[in-house]
Amino acid sequence: MIIQTLAFYLFAAITVASAFMVVAARNPVHSVLYLILAFFNSAALFLLMGAEFIAMILVIVYVGAVAVLFLFVVMMLDINVAELRQGFLKYLPIGAAVGLVLFAELILAFGAWTMAPGAQAAMRARTPAPGRVDNTEALGRVLYTDYFFLFQVAGLVLLLAMIGAIVLTLRARPGVRRQSVPDQIARRRDEAVSVVKVPLGGGI
Amino acid sequence: MTIGIEHYLTVAAILFTLGIFGIFLNRKNVIVILMSVELMLLAVNINFVTFSTRMGDLTGQVFAMLVLTVAAAEAAIGLAILVVYFRNRGTIAVEEINLMKG
Repeated sequence: MIIQTLAFYLFAAITVASAFMVVAARNPVHSVLYLILAFFNSAALFLLMGAEFIAMILVIVYVGAVAVLFLFVVMMLDINVAELRQGFLKYLPIGAAVGLVLFAELILAFGAWTMAPGAQAAMRARTPAPGRVDNTEALGRVLYTDYFFLFQVAGLVLLLAMIGAIVLTLRARPGVRRQSVPDQIARRRDEAVSVVKVPLGGGI
Repeated sequence: MTIGIEHYLTVAAILFTLGIFGIFLNRKNVIVILMSVELMLLAVNINFVTFSTRMGDLTGQVFAMLVLTVAAAEAAIGLAILVVYFRNRGTIAVEEINLMKG
């Protein structure tokens, strides 16, 4: 039990510290790297909770796709960091004030939380007893039966995001020479070749 | 001492607050704003999974996966808009982005 406690405090501390560095780092590339660290450590927190599948999905989707996408965009765009840092300290007091108020409210709300009397009876998908079915299999059994419609809608959201990203960033650049197969096939001999009678010693 | 539900909820609350703080702090840098939004979604996921595991109901984990889907879609679309904006204006300072307002 002491190992679990120590592991929780370690992962939670690294998560919070790297999340702070995400918003406070001077260089956006460092921000992305700290974001990856935060995602890894919160995946470890999910493992401690016993949600193995979500932890692995977090590593695959967030670290493997989203964070690398961020890193790609940050490195591709030539960003003037110093210009973007202007006014950084101007918003610090109001940001800290709003953050503190929100944090106090959240802590008060969580502190007063108790489970409702009828909550245990109203559960939709009870977790199977550990040992018989592991987390991934239990989640799959729920996801593909009770929540199949939501699963399809999630796929549709991803399809829409893919189409949207392609449509937004695709551009037809003028002045680029490309092979045009129909034009090549439609070419006739008399358009392409002409016979010239060259006089002796005269040149063309 | 054992780690209870309130420990995880506190971590999630701190992460959410840091996300809000990041949006206020980096008003010009839209990449860091997007990353702050990702942090807030991560905090929401931690809340979902905490309640799901502690109460023994798998629905929370299903919803955490849906939140993950929406986060991935949002990052893709947001970064695509950012790339187009940078291509047109040569900067990612979002303070001039309200030119389209007319």
